[in-house]
Amino acid sequence: MNRNEQLRMYREMVLVRRLEEAAAALYQQGKIGGFLHLYIGQESVSTGIVSVRKPQDRVITAYRDHGVAISCGVSPEAVLAELMGKATGTSKGKGGSMHLADVGLNFWGGHAIVGAHLPLAAGMALADKYRGSDAVTLCFFGDGATNIGYFHEALNLSMVWRLPVLWICENNLYGMGTSVERASAVPEIRQKADGYGMPNSRVEGMNVLDVRQAAEQALAAVRSSGPYLLEVTTYRFRGHSMGDPERYRTSDEVQRWQEDDPIGVYRKWLADNKVASAKDLDGLEAEVEKAIEAAVRFAEESPEPAAEALYADMYVEGAG
Amino acid sequence: MAIITMREAISQALWEEMERDERVFILGEEVGVWGGTYAVTKGFYDHFGPERIRDTPIAESVIVGAANGAAMAGLRPVAELMTINFAFLAMDQIVNHSAKLRSMFGGQFTVPVVIRAVGGGGRQLGATHSQTPDVVFAHFPGLKVVAPGTPLDAKGLLKASIRSDDPVLFIEHATLYQTRGEVPDGEVLQPIGVSKVQRPGRDVTLVTYSKMLQLSLQAAEQLSTEGIEAEIVDLRTLRPLDMGPVLDSFRRTNRAVIVEEGWRSYGVGAEVAARIYEEAFDYVDAPIGRVAQKEVPLPYNRQLEQMALPQVDDIVRAVREVV
Repeated sequence: MNRNEQLRMYREMVLVRRLEEAAAALYQQGKIGGFLHLYIGQESVSTGIVSVRKPQDRVITAYRDHGVAISCGVSPEAVLAELMGKATGTSKGKGGSMHLADVGLNFWGGHAIVGAHLPLAAGMALADKYRGSDAVTLCFFGDGATNIGYFHEALNLSMVWRLPVLWICENNLYGMGTSVERASAVPEIRQKADGYGMPNSRVEGMNVLDVRQAAEQALAAVRSSGPYLLEVTTYRFRGHSMGDPERYRTSDEVQRWQEDDPIGVYRKWLADNKVASAKDLDGLEAEVEKAIEAAVRFAEESPEPAAEALYADMYVEGAG
Repeated sequence: MAIITMREAISQALWEEMERDERVFILGEEVGVWGGTYAVTKGFYDHFGPERIRDTPIAESVIVGAANGAAMAGLRPVAELMTINFAFLAMDQIVNHSAKLRSMFGGQFTVPVVIRAVGGGGRQLGATHSQTPDVVFAHFPGLKVVAPGTPLDAKGLLKASIRSDDPVLFIEHATLYQTRGEVPDGEVLQPIGVSKVQRPGRDVTLVTYSKMLQLSLQAAEQLSTEGIEAEIVDLRTLRPLDMGPVLDSFRRTNRAVIVEEGWRSYGVGAEVAARIYEEAFDYVDAPIGRVAQKEVPLPYNRQLEQMALPQVDDIVRAVREVV
């Protein structure tokens, strides 16, 4: 990996962090409606994994999707505009925080029903295989999704049909407020892949370089022999959503994890390995902050969808 | 012009569209080696091969979900649900995904999926395998719901559904597969979302679809011997609902009976009657009648089952009450 790529990954993680901090502030101001699920603490996962996909590889994720969207190349402007329901948002204001997508970037959402996008991933991978493409579908989901039927139906089918899917479980230890040990019969999510004869591995996710390396190996496995489950352990520093009283974990626990903040861990690595000086990185962070300020302005100044948009894009042919 | 069965019509539509478009493929339970539990895809596996005729595990939510995903990625999947009762296991994929993905993501992609599902009662399959829950699905904007009652419409509408860029739930009736009808040779296409007069008449408008079209035609013949001429409007598509031919007919007959196989409450009859009252109130000469299934889970026992299902006599009686 060259220096440019090393710094690009750092910038991306900082960009996601600052974007979400701005989003949290906008939410408090009442400028973002609905639910807002922050990715803060998990940035190393989307950055590390998406950094090794090829342009033809599809990416799909659950509702905690801001990080994956940015990693796929969606602009902060389009993300923030969607969060604010504006016509300039990724989904023209009809999707909201949980439904970001940019098909042009091969980013297929942003899906809000737990587990429901796993069959979609299987179907997209089927389409690629059907057409003889070597594309892989990268499907992110949380630990909570692995207890629902969808997960098992999709993993089984992907194995029976040898579909090119990389199943990526972001295990942040809690499905909403219920810990993995209280909800899952096995302690490691990757064990569930064993039931389908699917190769699998587990990697600690706070170091983006570890995640990237694991993803490279997993993707190679998918391209050569079919589906693979990669479990990445991670932690969200914020609540499940903005209205989470967090009674299920202690502030000590959160603080312990924050000591391994993926941005801090990677910043130290970059400095220790003389990739960049503290001054370089400070400069980069300042530039990201300016970019986010500009993106917030763009979103705030963007127009609301026109009234005619109400019925638009529902059917291709004919009216409702 | 050939006289063929509903089964042949559906089979021909699938075969022709698969020959026409490489992107069309079929997935579902027992569609391949078995040849389809209603023998609709008999011979397909040998001709098209296992890539295009895909036998799946018994797992409805991933059948429809994978079909949705393949459609998002540009293929034209035809997912077969062995019966519409199993669609409840795929409900989230149908109502939260097929119907919503396109508009929810601002029209960035289409979901040209066809979900074929076999519904209807009358075969002594018990309460869980005999339902006619068509209106449940027709409730959701974003989905198109098609339910033909003749071989011609089955063939033409299924071909149109496969070519449509919108998601379509295509409902077949389990007891109509042997029903015969005339189908022209060559290309047969029928438009989605267009109701059709299947029998002209001056005295009363019968609004119906699917299996109940056949019963309504029989009822109309019987009524004709009494001097009552019923006009039959076949909805063919429940969403989008084309009220044009219904209202045109009603403005001439001023009387209507709506005939559906599903339960009366919140049903097709309720919807169509409400729209007639809203849009043609000045033409109403009698309360609008409704014929529907008795409101019970359908029993296994043959006599009880037939007692619960709408019969030709029920339609005749309902018409006599409004004329």
